Amino acid sequence: MEAEQSLLERCDLWACIQCGKCTGGCPMSFKTELNIRRLIYQALLDGGVNADGMDELWDCTACGTCVLRCPKEVGPSDLIVALRTTLVDGGVIPPTIRDALTSVFRHGNPSLMPPDERADWAEALGVKDISEGADVLYFVGCIPSYDDRAQKVAKSLVKVLQKADVDFGILGVEEKCCCNEVRLVGEEGLFGYMVEEQRELFESKGVQHIITTSPHCFNTFKNEYEGLNLKVQHYTEFVAELIEQGKLTFTGELNQVITYHDPCFLGKQNGVFDEPRDIIKSIPGVEFREMDRIRDRSLCCEGGGGRMWWEGTNPEEQLATARFEEVLSVGADVMAVACPFCLLTFELAAKAGGYDEKVQVLDIMELVARAI
Amino acid sequence: MAAKVGVYICHCGINIAHTVDVEAVAQAAQDLANVTVSRDYIYMCSDPGQQLIQDDIRELGLNRVVVASCSPRMHELTFRRAVQEAGLNPYFLQIANIREQCSWVHGDRESATEKAQGIVSSAVARACLLQPLEERDVEITPAALVIGGGIAGLQAALDIADAGFKAYVVEKQATVGGHVAQLARTFPTLDNVQTLLAELVERAQAHPNIDVLTNSRVLEVDGFIGSFRVQVGSQPADSLPETTAELAVGAIIVATGFDVFDASLKPEFGYGAYENVITGLELEKRLMESEASNGASPLGDGAVKDVVFIQCVGSRDRTLGNAYCSRVCCMSTAKQAHLVRQELPDARITVFYMDVRAFGKGFEQFYDRVREERVLYRRGNPSEIYKRGDRLVARAEDTLLGKPVEVEADLVVLATGLVPRSDADEIGSLLKLSRSEDGFLMELHPKLGPVDTTTDGVFLAGCCQGPKDITDTIAQAKAAASSALIPLSVGKVRVESITCALDPLLCSGCGLCAEACIYSALALDERRNVMVANQVLCKGCGACSTACPSGAIVLNHFTPDQILAEVESVV
Repeated sequence: MEAEQSLLERCDLWACIQCGKCTGGCPMSFKTELNIRRLIYQALLDGGVNADGMDELWDCTACGTCVLRCPKEVGPSDLIVALRTTLVDGGVIPPTIRDALTSVFRHGNPSLMPPDERADWAEALGVKDISEGADVLYFVGCIPSYDDRAQKVAKSLVKVLQKADVDFGILGVEEKCCCNEVRLVGEEGLFGYMVEEQRELFESKGVQHIITTSPHCFNTFKNEYEGLNLKVQHYTEFVAELIEQGKLTFTGELNQVITYHDPCFLGKQNGVFDEPRDIIKSIPGVEFREMDRIRDRSLCCEGGGGRMWWEGTNPEEQLATARFEEVLSVGADVMAVACPFCLLTFELAAKAGGYDEKVQVLDIMELVARAI
Repeated sequence: MAAKVGVYICHCGINIAHTVDVEAVAQAAQDLANVTVSRDYIYMCSDPGQQLIQDDIRELGLNRVVVASCSPRMHELTFRRAVQEAGLNPYFLQIANIREQCSWVHGDRESATEKAQGIVSSAVARACLLQPLEERDVEITPAALVIGGGIAGLQAALDIADAGFKAYVVEKQATVGGHVAQLARTFPTLDNVQTLLAELVERAQAHPNIDVLTNSRVLEVDGFIGSFRVQVGSQPADSLPETTAELAVGAIIVATGFDVFDASLKPEFGYGAYENVITGLELEKRLMESEASNGASPLGDGAVKDVVFIQCVGSRDRTLGNAYCSRVCCMSTAKQAHLVRQELPDARITVFYMDVRAFGKGFEQFYDRVREERVLYRRGNPSEIYKRGDRLVARAEDTLLGKPVEVEADLVVLATGLVPRSDADEIGSLLKLSRSEDGFLMELHPKLGPVDTTTDGVFLAGCCQGPKDITDTIAQAKAAASSALIPLSVGKVRVESITCALDPLLCSGCGLCAEACIYSALALDERRNVMVANQVLCKGCGACSTACPSGAIVLNHFTPDQILAEVESVV
């Protein structure tokens, strides 16, 4: 009972006035049984929530809308993470999530990929190892390290950094998962262990400044790693600075109509809205058009919070469909993204929904790399 | 003259006596130097308790009194009056706080008694060295300044003027009326707001005792209750230079009002992004224009079929620092829903609410009426507005259904809350007023001093103190006027007796004391190169005396020898 009491207080649930802004804004509430407002009410009535068999708990994408909207600073998603923790501790979790967690522990990535192949993508690109000393650590992340499609983003970013003469290095085969999603699926123990290891690794390499491909890595280093006193930037922030300072100039142009999808972990959760747009608008020839649901009102791609490892209770209805309809309604050829999860989720949905012939999903770095 | 001290130990019922052995404390005090008599009594502050002291003063020739009881904040004035009635200077009284600082905070009777004895002995030591102080009155300038020409300011000025005193109304804008000038109808009585306002404005402008200064602002306030000197800057047009004038007033009423919450700070509602998302005030403006133009529909001809109202926009919201309820939005939304229903008999009108606060006279009945006019109240605070084709969609959870819903709308009206004025800090520092946690100007006491402030002679009226409807604003304006009229009518006011005393022989004129003084009570006499203390401005805080490097300033009633005697008796 005492542990449950502390759950109510830890998540500050007593502050809740049941206004429903969390559930009303939740992108999952319309397509699954997930109702976070009701969960909070249940927790208050019963002193806790028995999460056994609540499959919808795994639907949450940790997009952060509920946290952003809550007028009482309750942080509803903390409750979801806490309930997931009880399920993880009890061993009752979707097998694919279990496998991903085991893989992170054993291989340092969630996809059962060999650790010694982590830096294969960078071969022949002339990228130095951070051990040689560099101003900036480029933290690549798991998906851009191993996934064929996402590797193109990493390669593009390398091209951009080299063009701008940035002194940067990578961790190579020593790089491991940042564990943002590990924390969000409730595996607190593994997260704590990996944070410790990662922090020591950064310290031993003398890292002062990190840039990341993924908003998820960016978020966890910036907000969740206790005692990490480094400058952490998402690449869009860093590259926007390079462009503004005149260190990166364009030689080509892209004659395309481009719109931009805000990744939740970059926009809603960390307030980086302008830099990605500034980069796209600075590319010569581009016509930039905004969609309706942008910035604070952006629609989630459904890739976060462990959903890369589990398809959810209602895989048939995809938010991506609504997103592509919006892209078409503004007449854009390209939907630019700035997150590997968004990139893969949308590409998959585009193929499944037949949007791939009308809309290209490209990372901002791929666009930039084409114009330098 | 040797000190003859009487010591009186109060039981405070059982508040003190339960923890402190009051008889033992009285016994011990008997043996202290200069103590003539020592007694204990169940309630010293009662009439017989005070009588006990007064009889001893007269019969035993006491010239100092120590009362060991509650905090001096509670009854120091009571006992000062008592000793004064018996012929002693009121400042020959010393309170020993053995309740808040002893019995209430300790459990062990023996050590609490010992501590009480220490407190009493130090009070006796101090009492022997107390000096008589003079009580002084100052004359009151028979006029008041009212800052702000909204309904609060106008009403307060009218009451002061009707009582026969001069009132100056200083208004920043070119016209008076404030936010009320933007409202169509009142709730719950549906009166025409502009008719009410026009009546108030006309009366104020025609009143021989009222000067209305529009396009004007208060630049500087000097002085104190009874004789404030106020610099007012006036600029009738941007092209003209600002002219300044000095007003002399005895009291000041602050009625500076509020700002409307900026709805674009809640980006999820798309205010600014969608032209069909408007604020309640913008709706009222359309309704007023429609009334003025004799029936042209304010909402377009038949284009509006669904209207959604959203409550609590910018209120009850910790993320914005606006944790409070704005108090008027529930009813103004109900009123607006009623007015829209009159315009659009067939429209679907939905009000999204978190709680409906219909607490005033006739409010609940009005809320009933509006629902019966087929206004649908749905419980839930929408999380997002977006577009579907040409229509808006409000996405919310209907918390009574426990289901997320999408409600299409042609018009979304946001009930934006009331926030402190962006220049609240300026007004605050001009008049040395503090702000409460919500950012509004702070009253002296939430219950007992709702229109008073920590600055004597300065009073609050209307929404500068917190959100209010018209009824409450008028009530508070009348209360502030009545409070301001007390010193104006009495014609004089008693000022603090415990002030600083400056020894010009020790002063080097360095000015450190003036820097420490927040009441601007110290100034340099350049001819003699010494500081001079204004005994009326001084509030007796003592900051100057600690700042002075040469010991030239002491705070009367807290002189170094008095304080040292207190300390020495217990160490």
